[in-house]
Amino acid sequence: MASLVLENLRKNFGAVAVLHGIDLAMASGEMLVIVGASGCGKSTLLRLVAGLEVPTGGRILLDGSDVAPLDPAERDIAMVFQNYALYPHMSVFDNMAYGLRIRGVAKDAIRTRVDSAAEMLGLTPLLMRKPRQLSGGQRQRVAMGRAIVRQPKLFLFDEPLSNLDAKLRVQMRAEIRRLQRRMAVTSLYVTHDQVEAMTLGDRLLVLHQGRPVQLATPMEVFENPANTYVAGFIGAPSMNLFPAALSHGGTAAVFSPGQVIAFTDGRRPGADGRKLILGIRPEHVAIDPAGMELQIDLIEPLGSETVVIGRLPDGELFSVKLPGAAPAGESMAVSIPAAHLHVFDAETGLRLDPAG
Amino acid sequence: MERRTIFSGWLLPVVLVLPQLALTVVFFLWPAGQAIWSSMTRTDAFGIRTMFVGLENFSDLFTDPLYLDTIERSVFFCAAVAALSMGVALVLASAADREIRFRGLYRVLLVWPYAIAPAVAAVLWILLLHPQIGLIGRWLNSIGIPWDYKLNDTQAMLVVILASAWKQVSYNFIFFLAGLQSIPRAIIEAARMDGARGFFRFRTVVLPLLMPTVFFLLVVNLVYAAFDTFATIIALTDGGPGKATETLVVKVYRDGVVNLDIGSSSAQSVVLMAGVIVLTALQFRFLGRRSGGG
Ligand SMILES: Nc1ncnc2c1ncn2[C@@H]1O[C@H](COP(=O)(O)OP(=O)(O)OP(=O)(O)O)[C@@H](O)[C@H]1O
Ligand SMILES: [Mg+2]
Repeated sequence: MASLVLENLRKNFGAVAVLHGIDLAMASGEMLVIVGASGCGKSTLLRLVAGLEVPTGGRILLDGSDVAPLDPAERDIAMVFQNYALYPHMSVFDNMAYGLRIRGVAKDAIRTRVDSAAEMLGLTPLLMRKPRQLSGGQRQRVAMGRAIVRQPKLFLFDEPLSNLDAKLRVQMRAEIRRLQRRMAVTSLYVTHDQVEAMTLGDRLLVLHQGRPVQLATPMEVFENPANTYVAGFIGAPSMNLFPAALSHGGTAAVFSPGQVIAFTDGRRPGADGRKLILGIRPEHVAIDPAGMELQIDLIEPLGSETVVIGRLPDGELFSVKLPGAAPAGESMAVSIPAAHLHVFDAETGLRLDPAG
Repeated sequence: MERRTIFSGWLLPVVLVLPQLALTVVFFLWPAGQAIWSSMTRTDAFGIRTMFVGLENFSDLFTDPLYLDTIERSVFFCAAVAALSMGVALVLASAADREIRFRGLYRVLLVWPYAIAPAVAAVLWILLLHPQIGLIGRWLNSIGIPWDYKLNDTQAMLVVILASAWKQVSYNFIFFLAGLQSIPRAIIEAARMDGARGFFRFRTVVLPLLMPTVFFLLVVNLVYAAFDTFATIIALTDGGPGKATETLVVKVYRDGVVNLDIGSSSAQSVVLMAGVIVLTALQFRFLGRRSGGG
């Protein structure tokens, strides 16, 4: 267990800046999930903490001491790789014992630790096998086991479940959460799976082009996205975003020809006519015979829910998530409940909360 | 899934393989057959009469202490050349595998020696090691180390080993580098995270994963040291002083071409041929298993 603090952590590859100053403070035992689009620098951030890359600037404080100049071997951090990176020539047992042997742990202590980790992960019957004799899910467990036996200060996970099938992923996700809680090891977890991000993290860090855009609990990120990027990125199907303008002295917005929607949570700052982006999640859109007409393009039945993708009268793409089956017909009438409205500034993309 | 074109009849296939077949017959089967035949004959001292003696040449060979000495010397020579050239190549390849400046240039330079003809390489080594005109040779003598590989057996052996190994380093380097680069980065990184460093990491993770390459190169290097070093040895020491650097191929040449004992020389060639066949079969089996078994 350890606390982790990142101070203005930066990384350039040659002339290309990949991370532009990450600040972060993690409490001991916390699980922080890093999400962001492909190429935003998630793996780079993890590898900086691991010591596999050298930072261009900034500090990495593990339990208060700067580990940036240290070799990975001296940091006492364990990492689970996306493609597992097991040692192909070693048995499952040796894969897990390798790090302990290097640390000079006594032979019988190694046995007990590996055995108990194997027990925890259901690997006991496989201990003498080589990685190539294991299924993907079993390899994943070995990779987990290799990290667990070390009892490190910090766990790093780089998309550890992305090579598994959907069902196994759900199962392993629960298992990782359970193990992490039980061992209370501070963990950084990189993923671009929405559900993993929402369910695993105590907190979520959303990265966008190498900059942190929001750091908060998953629910907070979901309910109050800090900007239009986060709003569109978190939640599936993604939030509907459309242009609008402030009106009625900041208490309402007008969008597409003439529609007015009054804010329920207070007036927004700025003069009438200020350009806004409004957001509404597909599941919050209401079916309302008096509402706007939505031309249906595509219906995606998901079993318990149905996603309808269509176009508003002004041609704007719009999706609706309905409980139950899809409506009949080529169009439907929808309205936007003001209580669920998200308001952003069109120029900066930042969330615009009620003034005062 | 494999796409194949099937030809009917046998004429076209025969015509297609004929050139290769002809080459094999003229340059391999024919001389090999001749060697086997003459290995079972003996020519009298005046070179007039040739008679069939069966396997007598072979039994003479394996009871001749001089020949047994040559075998021993050759084994030592081959092992030393293979070990030295592979060892040096592995160190260089490990260095080139890392992120270093001028990596591209470094790699190109390392591959050059392979393109140099053995005789030319030998001249380079003479210019370095010759006791009177060689750079290093003169220097050694000047600091009081008596150096003359034309007189000293050990030094002669050292020189031919050095020159032979040097020539093969490039080849080994290329294969080792390719082998190293085919090891997934993540595995090395996992080892770093596990706390493994430097030579320990190399020994416990890199080397085991490099074993197929090591084995392949071992066979190639032994064959190289046994046969392709002929020109280098002849140019540097001519097998001397005395028999100090006389390997099996050099002895075949000396006995047959110089001393005209065709019978014995042929028998020695046949023995060598058998050796190559065994090594090659070993290698084929091994490589076949690797590509087939995954
Ligand atoms: N060694 C490197 N040299 C140069 N550029 C690099 C290097 N490693 C990563 N990058 C660049 O840095 C950026 C971030 O890469 P990174 O691997 O951190 O992305 P990521 O968020 O993990 O993406 P993904 O979700 O696809 O794994 C990318 O634009 C990538 O091209
Ligand atoms: Mg990544």
